[in-house]
Amino acid sequence: MSEELETERNDVREDGRRPPRAVVGSHRIEEEMFGKAFDGRVVRRIWAFVSPYKMQVAVSVAAVLVFTGTQLVIPLIIRYAIDNGMVVGSPDPSALGWAVAAFALVILINYGASFVQASVVGKVAENMLFDIRRAMFGHLQKVSLSFMDKTEVGRLMSRLQGDVNSMQEFLETSVLSVGDIVLLFGIVGVMLWLDFRLGLLTLSVLPVLFIVRIFWLPLARKAFMAAHVTNSVTNGALAEAIHGVRAVQSMDRQQVNFTLYDDKAHANLRTHLTASRYAQVMVPIVDSLTGLAMAVVIVVGGSMVVNATLDVGVMVAFLFYIQRFFDPIRSLTMQYSVMQRAMASGQRLIEVLDVEIDVKDKPDAIALSPQMDGSVEFRGVSFGYNPKHPVLKDVSFRVNPGETVALVGPTGSGKSSAMALIHRFYDVQQGEVRVGGYDVRDLTQESLGRQVAMVLQEPFLFTGSVFENIRYHKADATREEVIEAAKAVGAHDFIMSLSDGYETGIEERGGNLSLGQRQLLSFARALVADAKILVLDEATANIDSYTEMLIQKALVTLLQGRTGLVIAHRLATIRGADRIIVLQNGQLIETGNHDQLMAEGGLYSRLYNLNYASFDDIPDAELEAAVEGGSQT
Amino acid sequence: MSSDAIGSAGKRGNSFAHVEAAGWGRGLSTLLRITRMTLRHPWQVTFAIGSTIIAAGLQLAIPQLLGRAVDETQIAFAGGTAGAAAEDTLWTLALVLLAVAILRGLFTMSQNYYSESVGHHIGYELRLACYEKIQRLSFSFHDQMHSGDLITIGMLDLEGVRMFFSTALVRVVLLSILIGVGAYLLISTDVVLGLVALSFVPFVAWRSSVTQLRLRATWLDLQERLSVLTRVMEENLGGIRVVRAFAAQAHEMLKFDKASKNALSLAHERVGIRVRNTSAMTFSFFIAMGLVLWVGGNKVMAGEISVGTLASFLTFMTILQMPVRQLGMMVNSFARASTCGSRLFGLLDLDVAIKDAPDARPLDINEGTLRFENVDFAYPSQESRPVLRGVSFEGRRGETIGIVGPPGSGKSTIAHLIPRFYDVTGGRITLDGQDIRKATLASLRKAVAVVQQDSFLFTTTIENNIAYGDPWAKERRIERAAESAQLHNYVLGLPAAYGTVVGERGVSLSGGQRQRLSIARALMLRPAVMVFDDSTAAIDAATEQRIRASMKKYAEDRLTIIVAHRLSSLMHADQILFLEHGEIVERGTHEELLARGGRYKALYDLQVRPGDEMLGEFGAAQ
Ligand SMILES: Nc1ncnc2c1ncn2[C@@H]1O[C@H](COP(=O)(O)OP(=O)(O)OP(=O)(O)O)[C@@H](O)[C@H]1O
Ligand SMILES: Nc1ncnc2c1ncn2[C@@H]1O[C@H](COP(=O)(O)OP(=O)(O)OP(=O)(O)O)[C@@H](O)[C@H]1O
Ligand SMILES: [Mg+2]
Repeated sequence: MSEELETERNDVREDGRRPPRAVVGSHRIEEEMFGKAFDGRVVRRIWAFVSPYKMQVAVSVAAVLVFTGTQLVIPLIIRYAIDNGMVVGSPDPSALGWAVAAFALVILINYGASFVQASVVGKVAENMLFDIRRAMFGHLQKVSLSFMDKTEVGRLMSRLQGDVNSMQEFLETSVLSVGDIVLLFGIVGVMLWLDFRLGLLTLSVLPVLFIVRIFWLPLARKAFMAAHVTNSVTNGALAEAIHGVRAVQSMDRQQVNFTLYDDKAHANLRTHLTASRYAQVMVPIVDSLTGLAMAVVIVVGGSMVVNATLDVGVMVAFLFYIQRFFDPIRSLTMQYSVMQRAMASGQRLIEVLDVEIDVKDKPDAIALSPQMDGSVEFRGVSFGYNPKHPVLKDVSFRVNPGETVALVGPTGSGKSSAMALIHRFYDVQQGEVRVGGYDVRDLTQESLGRQVAMVLQEPFLFTGSVFENIRYHKADATREEVIEAAKAVGAHDFIMSLSDGYETGIEERGGNLSLGQRQLLSFARALVADAKILVLDEATANIDSYTEMLIQKALVTLLQGRTGLVIAHRLATIRGADRIIVLQNGQLIETGNHDQLMAEGGLYSRLYNLNYASFDDIPDAELEAAVEGGSQT
Repeated sequence: MSSDAIGSAGKRGNSFAHVEAAGWGRGLSTLLRITRMTLRHPWQVTFAIGSTIIAAGLQLAIPQLLGRAVDETQIAFAGGTAGAAAEDTLWTLALVLLAVAILRGLFTMSQNYYSESVGHHIGYELRLACYEKIQRLSFSFHDQMHSGDLITIGMLDLEGVRMFFSTALVRVVLLSILIGVGAYLLISTDVVLGLVALSFVPFVAWRSSVTQLRLRATWLDLQERLSVLTRVMEENLGGIRVVRAFAAQAHEMLKFDKASKNALSLAHERVGIRVRNTSAMTFSFFIAMGLVLWVGGNKVMAGEISVGTLASFLTFMTILQMPVRQLGMMVNSFARASTCGSRLFGLLDLDVAIKDAPDARPLDINEGTLRFENVDFAYPSQESRPVLRGVSFEGRRGETIGIVGPPGSGKSTIAHLIPRFYDVTGGRITLDGQDIRKATLASLRKAVAVVQQDSFLFTTTIENNIAYGDPWAKERRIERAAESAQLHNYVLGLPAAYGTVVGERGVSLSGGQRQRLSIARALMLRPAVMVFDDSTAAIDAATEQRIRASMKKYAEDRLTIIVAHRLSSLMHADQILFLEHGEIVERGTHEELLARGGRYKALYDLQVRPGDEMLGEFGAAQ
């Protein structure tokens, strides 16, 4: 995923009618839309998904061979019937009977083979589709969050769906193309066998086809590629419109977006028309060659028949074969672009499967026991999403078992990032984060996750009932536990007022609840988790102070014997904490309890005062001082 | 050849209307409607169908010519004609055949190209229609529709409809000509043999209609199951932090497996249906061929027909073999087009709940006075649950109104009603005396800007995000807005400054940075009413104060509404509304409310003084 940071700034349209700064959809296009037609590495990797179905694949290839065989035999039977049963002169009456009987047998076999082949291939392809998707999905559950941060969900979804589908298409058609190739060779063989000279003469049209294709292919490839790219760009823009529809409407951008989208859709139309022109131009060429081959058979074969050097039946069979001959060539041409697409898709699938899991359990990782003391310690931690730009710089502090510690600081100072480290969403670059006395890198992530419950800054809810959402972490939580947690955070009343109480369905991302209500639910969800360490990242930012007060009251009991880490901007919220840690620009600058920090008169005391003094009273100099560097990270 | 036909701007302007116009007879079936859409491109359709007919005719000529050639050789062989004369005839036949084949190729090309072109044009029109519809449909629709389902309609269903012309309609024409004319030719050559050759047609017709029905039913079901799977994957990836935070990977895999198995079993079933159908159709075709061989062979032996006639019968059948094999796909296309079409048109035909009234006029704003008059509201999805009850207030230019209240009390709802994201269910909202329902939406939304509580950022540069509401803005203005939102310095510190691309939903920004970006975005607009819906919750007080200070001048020209939980954010407001259960329970200035000693006072004390001692008082006040 290349970072073309500057491109868009210069992307000012010339005609002046289009707004200079507006784009719809992501401007980053899928890089490799079309790969090589054959890429050994991709095939080997994909083979891993085929091998569980080796038997079925073998059966269907066998069935394809049989099927193709029957296709080849049918004209031969007809030839036999004509030459032996109805040739002018001495027809053999039983020959026709035999021929028809053989025909019946062959079509029965044909029926069976095509049935077996199609159903086995179809099912195996479906199975593999689901297997690949599952492997990718499973892998994405393990890859580090830094990968997920920089990869759009839409892009991953297009891999999980579009790319996986084109692999499936490829598998389905590749068995058929085995048949096509066999058929091609079979026909060539049979024609040469029936009459070598006539066969050779007929086949002499083939080189023309190959020469044409050599010129056609690179052009067609480019056209197909362009069509594919514009298609995914257009679809991306549509997806953006769907997800961002509320922002679009509130800023009245519909008209502008429509014009921009029209451009993309229209470009898509153009590339598709071009591609289809390239695809279709082969049709008259192939058809002319078919005609030429048949003309050759009529003239040369015909005079051979007249001169009695060839049986009529053979001539008829030739005419049959020629018509069948170009079918596989046609479908192989089609297959070629499917194959290119599949290789590119395979490439992208592998890319996802190969994303390195950089945050992973050590082989001898310890499971953190629920009986651990619940202490959290940062020892000289430095961390940056990009190691060159550290977000936390040499931060050290310790939260003792049972203590509640608050983290405060200006926006962007690294509070949320510090919390993410406790859960080992990311690995530190220097120093260590210790939970329960262990370096988090020595623990299994699963056991760490069980002991650290978080309320994230963005309350994310899943579609499903309120009940399911609250007990998300603990699938076996009872109704009572869920209700108790909901009561503790003051969510019970509003839940009961919903149409179906706890069974009320939650829409996508909790859209049918107010933000504060969503926050309450995600709070309740963390309480149900019953973990030793509770991390609250602005868990009450969108909640009024009264409700918050109730929550805090409840927390006093809930936090008994547990460790709490609280981030809040409303300083009143964290006044009650045992200790307060002040972060600025990724550095720990003050620590102590409320009274100590107030006495010190540092950043904390200034922030604290600002929080409720009417700002008309604040002298500008004071403001400057308080925020100094704070928001300028 | 056709790029000029579609290139002109005039034509493009129209293309959207095509979909609309094709929308009239709602009662008629989906397929008819798609067909009507195709007829909006009369020339291309004519070319496509015309070429199909000619190509089919030429194709039918081929077996005739081949039959003649075989007969010619037979006659010459039997000594009927002189060798040289026979050779001449053969040459003529061969040249005619070559010409026919070339022509057939050209017409097939034109058939394929034009039918695909019609499909692409329909696809283009439908895309635009779909995009436009999705953009216009009101919030209440989007609240209830999962975005994944909309994406499925806009991509998969659209594809199914687009392909209908080329993979279904044109094939029907081709097949009926091949079979119809072929039947005529064959039956006129030999009645019995002709009937035998066509004996598979009724069976195939019956099979395909049965299969079509079954595929249609299962297709819908499969889409349903696949969209469950999509939802599971999408939510998992979107909420990956929650999944990780709760170590719920195993749980998510279970959810995935369940949805996946569910879809897989049906997919298998569909493969079965399709395969049984295709195999049976091919089989019936081959049986007919065998019968032709048997009956025809006997006739040849009886001297009733020539070998050439039999050969042309058999060649005719090989020509039919491809279309018959494709019949299976055609049946699939029919099934797909009708189900996809009904979903797609279902979306396109939806009534937009919030739209311009027929007599809507642009807002005329002089004083910039906003009035809520006894407003009642309930969300359309839960009509029985009132969210706002009898809300009245008024604010004018230069004033600030603050709104506080517990979660779910209806604060954001008020913010949503002003730009008419939803329509009130009782009472009315006016701007300078004009009911907002009588104003054009465009003018209303220009007049009202809302900084949403959870704002959506677009995957593009910071600059484009800020200029989202005013893409023509000068660079200087963008920077000024960023300065006011206290974002400028941060942005300058980034490697690509304003050209930095922010990730989806702004993941690479901290919560506060995201909020400041959406404030900057709103500051680019010049509305008469500006609403900040709890948009500084993740911003520290000091930064917030700076934002307010730098916005002072800006606020003079408009009414500002601030929803906040931190009272310092709104204590300077000219009027503060305390909302509870959708009703305004207290109102007044900060001082008035403090003096009154009610809920607001209690909330204030709670934020100012240490918590525990306050709780008693607060409880009493409630
Ligand atoms: N996923 C990420 N990828 C890259 N950079 C990030 C990511 N998340 C945060 N940052 C950057 O790291 C810095 C610290 O962010 P963090 O979220 O820790 O701040 P914070 O103190 O929680 O701020 P706030 O109070 O606004 O939530 C910010 O400059 C932010 O832009
Ligand atoms: N899209 C929706 N569909 C149905 N009900 C909704 C929808 N949005 C909000 N509600 C309900 O309407 C009520 C008021 O919600 P609103 O968002 O206005 O609250 P709020 O006062 O802004 O709360 P908060 O402080 O949490 O943001 C809540 O009970 C909520 O559950
Ligand atoms: Mg709200």
